[in-house]
Order: sequence, then structure tokens, then C-alpha cells
Amino acid sequence: MTSPIAGAAPTDTGAPVPETPPAGAPSGRPARRFRLNMRESGIYVAFALIIALFSVLTDGALLQPQNISNIIVQNSYILILAIGMILIIIAGHIDLSAGSVVAATGALSAVLMVDLQVPWPLAVLLTIVLGALIGAFQGYWVAYFGIPAFIVTLAGMLVFRAVTLTILGNQGIGPFPDAVRTLSNGFLAGFLGNIGLGPLGGADLFTLLVGLAAVGAIAFTQWRARSARLGYGQVVEPFPVFVTKIAAASLVVMFVIVQLARFKNLPWVLVLLAVLVIGYTLLTNRAVFGRHIYAIGGNRQAATLSGVKVQQVTFWIFVNMGVLAAIAGVIFAGRLNQAGPTAGTNFELDAIAAAFIGGAAVQGGVGKVVGAITGGLIMAVINNGMSLIGSPSERVLLVKGLVLLAAVAYDVWTKRRAGAAAR
Amino acid sequence: MPDDHILQMRGITKTFPGVKALEDVTLSVRRGEIHAICGENGAGKSTLMKVLSGVYPHGSYEGEILFDGEPCSFATIRDSEHRGIVIIHQELALCQQLSIAENIFLGNEQAVRGLVDWNRTNHEADKLLAQVGLKEQAVTPVADIGVGKQQLVEIAKALSKEVKLLILDEPTAALNDDDSAHLLDLLRGLKARGITCVIISHKLNEIEAIADSLTIIRDGRTIETLDMKADAVTENRIISGMVGRDLEHRFPPRHSSSAGEEALRIEDWTVHSPSQPDRAVVSGANLVLRRGEIVGLAGLMGAGRTELAMSVFGRSYGVNISGRLVKDGVPIEVRSVQDAIRHRIAYATEDRKRYGLNLIDDIKRNVSAARLHKLARRGWVDDNEEYRVAEGFRRSLNIKAPTVASITGKLSGGNQQKVVLSKWIFTDPDVLILDEPTRGIDVGAKYEIYTIINRLADEGKAILVISSELPELLGLCDRIYALAAGRITGEVDRADATQERLMQFMTRVEQGQEQSA
Repeated sequence: MTSPIAGAAPTDTGAPVPETPPAGAPSGRPARRFRLNMRESGIYVAFALIIALFSVLTDGALLQPQNISNIIVQNSYILILAIGMILIIIAGHIDLSAGSVVAATGALSAVLMVDLQVPWPLAVLLTIVLGALIGAFQGYWVAYFGIPAFIVTLAGMLVFRAVTLTILGNQGIGPFPDAVRTLSNGFLAGFLGNIGLGPLGGADLFTLLVGLAAVGAIAFTQWRARSARLGYGQVVEPFPVFVTKIAAASLVVMFVIVQLARFKNLPWVLVLLAVLVIGYTLLTNRAVFGRHIYAIGGNRQAATLSGVKVQQVTFWIFVNMGVLAAIAGVIFAGRLNQAGPTAGTNFELDAIAAAFIGGAAVQGGVGKVVGAITGGLIMAVINNGMSLIGSPSERVLLVKGLVLLAAVAYDVWTKRRAGAAAR
Repeated sequence: MPDDHILQMRGITKTFPGVKALEDVTLSVRRGEIHAICGENGAGKSTLMKVLSGVYPHGSYEGEILFDGEPCSFATIRDSEHRGIVIIHQELALCQQLSIAENIFLGNEQAVRGLVDWNRTNHEADKLLAQVGLKEQAVTPVADIGVGKQQLVEIAKALSKEVKLLILDEPTAALNDDDSAHLLDLLRGLKARGITCVIISHKLNEIEAIADSLTIIRDGRTIETLDMKADAVTENRIISGMVGRDLEHRFPPRHSSSAGEEALRIEDWTVHSPSQPDRAVVSGANLVLRRGEIVGLAGLMGAGRTELAMSVFGRSYGVNISGRLVKDGVPIEVRSVQDAIRHRIAYATEDRKRYGLNLIDDIKRNVSAARLHKLARRGWVDDNEEYRVAEGFRRSLNIKAPTVASITGKLSGGNQQKVVLSKWIFTDPDVLILDEPTRGIDVGAKYEIYTIINRLADEGKAILVISSELPELLGLCDRIYALAAGRITGEVDRADATQERLMQFMTRVEQGQEQSA
């Protein structure tokens, strides 16, 4: 265990003897002053402002029950890709092939389910295996052969598009089995029936209960984590701030849940997304594997000299990306009810943009799963809101491009300012 | 005209934040001579040359420079090159993928109205290559020729600029004997043509052979300027000038405890350079590290100290490594960093910012980085436990930061080094190799680091300290190995160790040694 080394010996050089905190083990305490970390929280503030803006511009149409459901379902595959992409970007790499892999895996799933009549669970499993193999192929070249990921995945972008075209022969394959369509496009059954919410009309009871459970879980886990930190003598945020944060998160969750309950029910993809977000947040925050990704992105040489298996970790994050791309491929094909040769075009760019808007650093080492999801949702709201007010598509592209540039410029600016302050 | 000075630097003082790198330095170089500059690593030689060549522009230092009798105020390297002062740095500044001719005329292209005249470029390059005795085609890419020949290309490049004063910083450090001898011959030839040379070198035998006069710099001050012939300068005379500094009370008392069991034995260790696989960077080194003992490794720049340490630490450096490692009496195989950590060997790197720390992450995650599994169950990290461990190190090693959630990039050098030490102590090492543990750290923090090292030894760890500062080795270590040109040239006990003795071992380069392997 740790060496019992005592504090510094007094120096005879005239250097001031450093102040050592009192030896008694201090208990944890809330920070005296709460400072908002604008570099990390700027993204959430921006998200709130964008939602407010489009709510006004669309006379509230943006937040109508059906529209919220649409935003989630229509962007689920981008968000799934963004989860895989953020891991790759944290490690200091990039994946340009994700869109083509979505197309290739979607095409394979169509061939299996439609042409070969393979039962859908098996077909989905096989598709995921193919995604993993594609990821392993690209991961090999990046991790073990040492070719920059930019080149490997640029090649992959072409190769897997070619694979798609070869499989499909330039035409779509469909329709998909009902189960897959439900997974991509459908909603959970209303297990417990509807209840009346007064002026809001009827709402699905099960969805509401799930929402309440989620809020309860958020509050409980956060409270437990805070208590544990206090027990270990760490500094935590002041109690009012803690409560405000939990309350805000609960409000947002409950608002979305109520709107969804009023429309139909929980979309299946939202359930899937929730599982993925929770799982990958845990992976990045708590797992040894996740920590190693940050270590590699932060300083590759230092990670190597600390015994991190850099090549192995790099390989597996590409395998992971392939798996997530395959899941996105099945969902996208199921949603359109056909696997098409142009499926997934530019998806990788949306996923990359989501990661960077969500606070990832170009040099690697920085980024969060929740940030990437928020980044993806910002783009989704801009897309949706602008189409609601009837903006032409060129203007949507223009705004998305400028938002990406502004987000990264903000990140660079805050970093530079922090650097200047430290100097 | 013995007192016709081509260059006079007077009262040069250069300050970096917190450090006075040069203080009132004087340098006078006579026209047409070969003038050597000697000093320990970090004495200020390179800084002085950067002041002269305009890397540090006029105004960023105090003092005056007279070249050809005229005062100089160079704002950039270009300005000094226009006056005929050319510096060739230790790390050669050639573009590997460009041809010899392109490199010679880089920034000085032989062009007509913006278009490069390739015939003239290659023809002129051929003429220059003949002058430096390099038998290569001008169109050969620089990457295809060896380091020795690349050095000649640098000199050819200098000649193309009509050089009057040529400065060479450690020109032979990376060269083998033949290439070194050729280079020294070439310098004599340049002298015969009236070109003045300033040469910075650690190889005292070379200085003795080639220099006309010599300036010794120590701790950022000029100590003396000697005329090699008139003063009958010998290697020992140079050494005493270089090290003549008394040990102040800068070290915690070391109760030379009885060294314990042998912890690590390095036998017949040979390492080759990855860029030149036929050049042995370390050859046939034998070292023994015992528990409870602090062992020093002395050596000048390029002697192979870091290379030796890193190759032992899971083959992190070098190719064609041969030799044996015996840990606690049992031969071990250490093929990777993971193996090294598993065998309880730790290595804290020389350049902590580049190789030691994740500067954008916080203290606790850096502390846990090398042994994260210790804090994890089934792959999941207990981050509260991580906090507790890091907080323990913050207190015991006195890391000055508000919390262990502070970003390491914002800490001072001394505190960063304590984070690095924490990281490696956390791996429970038996053998701890510390490469330049106090480089760039202020005196007070150095004392703290020395105290930590002493305690680690008292706990029974075997410690190897690599340092360029001889007083540090003398003040800290129980036993010191000297390394020169990849070979262990001496082993001195604490009681017998003096700076002069070590410097003799460190500068002992015997002919024909480097190429045998």
C-alpha cells in the first residue's frame, strides 16, 4: 500500500516551509463557493437556449407530444453512433466509415431477414457480429499496424459503401419483419392503460410510472454518491445546488415523459438509448477500460509508459464502434422498412459533429457520453425546429455548420482563457 | 594578430521566469581559431549560443555583442546568418524527406523569378559537398544517409551562406569514431580557410586535440578562458574548472544504511538505437541494485543513461536488446511495461510533461494510472477509494494543490514530480528508477524530493537515480556508476566519490569502443 512518508523535512535553504493541513482527518465538506464550470456546462445552457428559441419560433410546436417523440425516433441512430464516436474521439482518433458501415450492416440484415427468412433475433445477432468484424478489421490497421484512423476509416467509408452496393445491387430490400419495425419505429404497449391528467388529457400510466421511477433513481443514486464522497472527505457541491440540479433534471425527465405518455407511449429506441447511455457513461467514468481511453487520449506516451495496453484498447474501441454502427444500421433500415444503397450517407459527419459540439477535444483525452448525446440533440432540435418553421434545407445546413464551428471555437476560447489565467 | 577578436560577448545576462540562466557571461573569440566551450549539462552553454544566434532576440537579454567590431542586435536567426554566424544544433535541423541539395539551399533557394533553378541548385550543392568531403549525390534524400553525413550536410549548408563564424553544438555526440575523426579534420580544414569555429563538446579528448582556446562556463557564469597551448591545458585542468563548486547543505542527511539483499542485477546489457540499428547505445553494461540503497548513474548527454533505463523498463526504448535481468536472484523476462510493473520495477521518466503525466487530467487519475486495477473490482474502479489513495499521497508527499481533483498541468514542476512519484510508489515497486528526478525544480522542492527518495530507500526499495548534476548524485547516492558512450566506465562508493573522479570516468571514451558490439 501507500508508503508512510511524512510531510516534508524542514529545508535549510530559506524556502518557505509549506503549510500542511492539520493532521486530523477532516470530514468532507461542501465547497464554500460554487463556481459554474462554463467549459463543461456551456453546452447544456446552449441546449436550453436553443430549445427556448425554437419553442418561441414554432409557437410551442417543438415541444408538442408527437414532435418530441419524432425528434427521438428520427435521430436515435445518430445518437447511437455518437456514443461510439465519442469513445474514438476521446482516444484521439476519428471514424469516417460509420455511415457506410450503417449501410452495409443494414443491407446484410435485410438479406438475412427478407431474402433468407432467418428469424429476426438471430439475424440481428449476426448483423452485430458483422459490425464487430468490420470494427476489428479497421481497429487492426489503426491499433496494430499504426495507420492513422483518418486514412483507415476513409478507406473503410469507400470499401463498405462498395460492400453495400454489392449486396443490394443498387436497389432496396424490404419489407422488414414487424418486430424489427416496432423496435425502430414503434412504442411499448400500454401495459396499464391510460389515466386522465386533467387538462392535459389522457396519458399512458406505465410510461408515467417509468418516469417516476427514473426520477427516483436519479435522486437516489446521486444522493448516495454524494454521501459516499462526504464519507471519504471529498469536497462536494453545496446542498442547495445539489437539490437544484436534481430538481432540474427531474423536471426535464418528467416533462418529456408526460409528453410521450400523452402521445403514445415510450418509443422502443428510447429504451435502447437509455440503456446505452447509462451503460457507456458507467464505462467511461468507472471502468478501467474507460479510464484507459482517457489516458491514451490525454498523453499516449505517458499511458504507454504507465503500462496501459494502448494497442489493445484502441482495437476494442473500434470493435465497439462497429457493433454500435450495426445496431444503428438495423434500426435505420427497420425505420425505413427497407435497406437502401444510400442509407447512412453522412451519418458519420453528424456523429462527429455531435461529439465535438458536446465538448470533445480535437486532440483527444476529453469528452463525455452525455455531452455527445446533448450535442446530437442540439443538431436534432435545430433540424426539427427549422423544418417546422419551413426553412429550406440549405439554411439548415448553414446553421448546423456554424453551430459546430461556434461550439469548437467556444471550447478553444475557454481553454485559452483558462491557460492565460493559470500563467 | 593574436588579439584580433571576431566575436566579443560582454556582460550577457539572460533570465527565464524564476531562473537566471546566464549571469554576466563574457566570451571572446579570436579570428580564425577553434574555440571550445565546456561546462556541465545545464551550465548555460546552449543558452549562450541561442543568445548569440538570435534565437533569443535582442532585448530579451542584457549585455552587448560585438561581431567584427560592430555591435549586433539580432531579432531573428536570419539576422545573425546575414552577418555570417551559423549555428548547427545538436538535433540536426534537416528535412528528412528532402534531398541534400534542397536542404542545403532551404530558405536560400537558387531561384530565378520565383522558380527554382534545379541545375544550378544541384551543381552548387555538388561543389559544397566536395568542400566538406561528402561523397554523395546532391539529389539523395537526407533520410538515406547516416547521421555523420547529415552533419556534413549541415556544414555544407553553413558554407553556402558564406559563414564567418560556425558554431557547432555537440557535433560528435551522435557520431562514431570514424565520423568524428572526419568531422574534426574538416574543422581543421575550415580553420585553414579562415573560418572561425566555436565548438561545444563534452568529449574532452577531442577538445584537447582540436581547440586553440577554451572557455569554461559553470552555473551560468564564465569561469575562465584558457589558451590551450600557452596554458598547457589538460583534461584534468578542464574538469576541475567545470566542477569546481562546493557542496552546500542542499541534501538531507543520509544515514548510509547497510545495503540489503540484491534486488536487481543487470547483466551484459546491450541496446541498439532504433534509428540506426547497427549503433550500440548501451554496450555490455553490468549494474547491481540492492535493497535500501540509492545508486546513482552519472553520464554526460548522449552517454546512454535514459536509453539504459528505458530498455530495462519493458523494452520501452531500443532494438536488438540483449542481456539478462535478475530480480531477487531469479532471472526474469521483461518484454513490456506491464511485465516491468508486474515484476515491481518502476521508472519515472526524464521528461515528466511529455512522458510522465496526463496533463489535462487531475491528480488522482494520474496517481492511479499505472496500477488502476488495484483500485478496481471486476474492471470497475472504486473512485472513492481512488480519491482516498490520492489524498493520502497529497498529504504524505506534500503535493501543493487544493484538492486531488486539481489538473496536473497547472501544478509547478516540483509538485508534478511528486505526482509522478506517487504514481510509481502506488505500484508497490521494489526497484525504482528515477530519471532526472529534480530537473527544472526549485531548490526547496528538490530538498523535499531528496527526502522522499531517502525514505523510500529506508523502506527497503532499491533506487537508481539518473542525474546530470554531479553534486546531486554525490549528495544523495550510496554508490555511483559512471556511463560514457554506452559503457559503464566506473563505479565509485560514496566515500571515494568526487566530482573530478566521476567526470574522469564520464569523459573516458576509448577509441574503437563505440563500434564494437
